[in-house]
Amino acid sequence: MSEATVADTRRLNSKPQDLTDAYGPPSNFLEIDVYDPQTIGVGRNRFTTYEVRMKESCVRRRYSDFEWLKNELERDSKIVVPPLPGKALKRQLPFRGDEGIFEESFIEERRAGLEQFINRIAGHPLAQNERCLHMFLQDESIDRNYIPGKVRQ
Amino acid sequence: MSFFSFGQTAEIDIVLNDAETRKKVEHKTEDGKRDKYFLFYDGETVSGKVNVTLKNPGKRLEHQGIKIEFIGQIELYFDRGNHHEFVSLVKDLARPGEMAQSQTFDFEFTHVEKPYESYTGQNVKLRYFLRATISRRLNDICKEMDIVVHTLSTYPELNSSIKMEVGIEDCLHIEFEYNKSKYHLKDVIVGKIYFLLVRIKIKHMEIDIIKRETTGTGPNVYHENDTIAKYEIMDGAPVRGESIPIRLFLAGYEMTPTMRDINKKFSVRYYLNLVLIDEEERRYFKQQEITLWRKGDIVRKSMSHQAAIASQRFEGSASSEKALSQAKEEDD
Repeated sequence: MSEATVADTRRLNSKPQDLTDAYGPPSNFLEIDVYDPQTIGVGRNRFTTYEVRMKESCVRRRYSDFEWLKNELERDSKIVVPPLPGKALKRQLPFRGDEGIFEESFIEERRAGLEQFINRIAGHPLAQNERCLHMFLQDESIDRNYIPGKVRQ
Repeated sequence: MSFFSFGQTAEIDIVLNDAETRKKVEHKTEDGKRDKYFLFYDGETVSGKVNVTLKNPGKRLEHQGIKIEFIGQIELYFDRGNHHEFVSLVKDLARPGEMAQSQTFDFEFTHVEKPYESYTGQNVKLRYFLRATISRRLNDICKEMDIVVHTLSTYPELNSSIKMEVGIEDCLHIEFEYNKSKYHLKDVIVGKIYFLLVRIKIKHMEIDIIKRETTGTGPNVYHENDTIAKYEIMDGAPVRGESIPIRLFLAGYEMTPTMRDINKKFSVRYYLNLVLIDEEERRYFKQQEITLWRKGDIVRKSMSHQAAIASQRFEGSASSEKALSQAKEEDD
């Protein structure tokens, strides 16, 4: 006559969680806002800048800065870089009925796309210690002659 | 098969002596069907009768000998012609001559060694079977009967837990623990995942059981991975200090014992794969091998021992611990 044994399924002991860890803000709370688009300059030399704001820093960047960041990451890091919102070359042609790339609805669309782009990159573990990303997010202006590499924590 | 309307042919039937009492188990065939076969263990005797029935009454059956074989063999699917026999026993039932009427022959293979478990896999098959053969000049008459062999083990003396800290620097650090490294097929994997550092947005976490069948040697090694189970253990984003329990019942999954380098031809190994998935669908994983073994069905444990274990399930208390050690003493 065979009897089944009762399996021991008790949980393993673990340390109780610290209450500050349990109720504090999570460490992954990195949210980057792309804000406040402003068009600078006159005539054909106009361009739009956006405020890139994190918890501790706030810088102004334009679309070509985002392009620069994308190229740096594609070359140096092992990540698959998410797409940027489009270059909108058609909008830069003359004789358009609207404001082209300075059209309000287009700027808003681009702003949302840039916000999504930068958040996805900043959340990627393999991009988090790239010097180009740190410079993009924290430095006043981007030094295109910087030395690429990793930031050692 | 006889193509001539004259001449004699016969039907062979193999019947085991203990066919009434011997247990049958289900075993997968190569095409995925499940059939029932008689179950044998290492060292058991295989005995029975071979019934030879003449098809055409009145005619004699000329033959070059009748024999029965007990064979254990490994067949690699990419090399079908070569069967590697690791057990091969033969008993002669009749010397060359003539059979005037249907006959029954007794056979017994005493205390046969059956060192490996029967296994039907993706690229390899290990099987045991009886084969009765009537040798003839032009064509033999053959009958095969497959049996299934299970290899049993007892509780291993050394069964340490698996405990490890892994992670990505500055990003994700976890400590995982599984209560044992060797589990029997109806066991429960009890474990926990403790988060030391969480700087990514985790969506959920799961444990997969992966079976890896390895065939071939040297440069021609081929691994076939099969995910047997996917079991979600956490839904949502954890923070530092959180501990996620694992309780995975193995009896629900179709698995075999771990088979290492069987007759130097193949291996079947099992791995636990801990997988974390973040909000961008990126996957982080850690694979860990576990050893599976087959426990015999008959277990002699006293009822008081079982009751003591059950009472300890809800946060061990001093009194139930005492009862447990007392019951253990009675048992020994």
